[in-house]
Amino acid sequence: MLSVEDIHVYYGSSHVLQGLSLEHAGGILGIMGRNGAGKTTLARSVMGLVPVKSGRIVVGGADTTNRPPFEIARRGIGYVPQGRQVFPSLTVMEHIEMVARPGRDGWNAERVLDLFPRLGERRKSHANLLSGGEQQMLAIARALLLNPALLLMDEPSEGLAPVVVDLLIDKFAELARTGLRILLIEQNLELTTALAEDILLLDNGRVEARTTASNLKADRQLLERFLGVSQRV
Amino acid sequence: MAILQIILNGLTYGALLFVVASGFTLIFGLARVVNLSHGAFYMFGGYVGYSVCVWAQHLMQTRNSGLAWTAGVLAAGLAGALLALVLSWLLKAVKGELPQTLLTLGLAIMVGDICLWIWGGLPVTLAVPRALKSPVEFFGMMYPTYRLFIIVIAVAIAALLYFLLFWSQFGRLIRAGVDNREMVSALGVNIDRLFLSIFLLGGFLTGIAGAIGGSYLALSPGTGFQILTVALFVVIIGGLGSLLGSGVGALIVGLVDSFGRVYFSQFAIFLLSATVIAILGFRTQGLFGRKE
Repeated sequence: MLSVEDIHVYYGSSHVLQGLSLEHAGGILGIMGRNGAGKTTLARSVMGLVPVKSGRIVVGGADTTNRPPFEIARRGIGYVPQGRQVFPSLTVMEHIEMVARPGRDGWNAERVLDLFPRLGERRKSHANLLSGGEQQMLAIARALLLNPALLLMDEPSEGLAPVVVDLLIDKFAELARTGLRILLIEQNLELTTALAEDILLLDNGRVEARTTASNLKADRQLLERFLGVSQRV
Repeated sequence: MAILQIILNGLTYGALLFVVASGFTLIFGLARVVNLSHGAFYMFGGYVGYSVCVWAQHLMQTRNSGLAWTAGVLAAGLAGALLALVLSWLLKAVKGELPQTLLTLGLAIMVGDICLWIWGGLPVTLAVPRALKSPVEFFGMMYPTYRLFIIVIAVAIAALLYFLLFWSQFGRLIRAGVDNREMVSALGVNIDRLFLSIFLLGGFLTGIAGAIGGSYLALSPGTGFQILTVALFVVIIGGLGSLLGSGVGALIVGLVDSFGRVYFSQFAIFLLSATVIAILGFRTQGLFGRKE
């Protein structure tokens, strides 16, 4: 579904992604790494939000390198950005109406409100008045309404209470069971290892190691090297 | 001068300014461009409207025809939209806020000179429809019907814009785009097309304002920058990017200007600037603007 082939991305003169490659065929793929390892830049490159200097990104068989974001979204990538980025001027329901295409199969307003009943209770609230967890649900709902083949999530657990993170774990597992592919970029070890079987470890803008959830939890050396000593299992 | 008349003059001018400022603020909100050629949209629209109106009168062999005036106003809107289209093309070639702003200033100067070349330096005015020409009695005094009509048009445009922005899919996309352009694009929306449509709408409204305003305030080579200055006052007071702010800002500027002209005629412009400074003193983002 998604393959990233040896991409290089620069911010000014700093070389952020240095020949990063990955392949996402199905299921939940986790991506972890320290701050500054290039995780968010990877997500933004896939979405066409930062220019890719060299290399190729292929979505659903089509080369989408440096294509405009809306084309990439239409090719089947639902983007849940870091910091959620809901629209403060729109209410919850307006977010949903903005993206939902009535009369099509798949995700519609009813289904996302079934998945996150909390959003239904707050349908008339402006998005900036929602709690962090509610904003995250809204950002996910908004992406699902595009009926994506792959959900690209950048640190969905950031700044959320542990009880909300547990709820997200359940919801993501439920989504994965429907056959939705998920690319999960995270710093939260618990969330990532609970969901993803395969995990790529990023450092210095490259995939430095590929491991499995059980392996990663057991391997202190790997944890220290790629996630820093502060991480606790 | 009766106080009611001063207030009505202020409201009329404010209504006209609202139409100008709403286009300005919509374009700024989405494109993040401070469009210094906005006054040129107004002037060019007004002049084209004037010529079309004259030509239509000539065809119909009548003066002060409502039909000719309406044709002029619509043509003015199209001329404004055409300029906006040109500007949106030009802006694509230039990156960065300052270069883009300078580009809009350059366009304003060029359009000003083109207008001077085509229409000359003498002030012109569109012929107001016969039905609106004579004054009506309004609360015991005589007041030009046409000016009351401007208020009606502005209220209608405000209502239309409100509906468009708050009750339609187009409006949801625009408001979301003003909040976060990148994210709207990442949700599968062709942001360039959205961007273009707001340019066209803003240009159309401003062109129309040029013909409506050009029917009671004369059009002359300096009109573009005069209108731009006052429109900037309006959006600075109201807050850039806020439609409600444009409305309130336009009323404040219109009324201050109207009272200033009567009571402090030599200091009318100073009074406007003082109002702007006073409001910026306690709200740097304007009355309804959002902090960046």
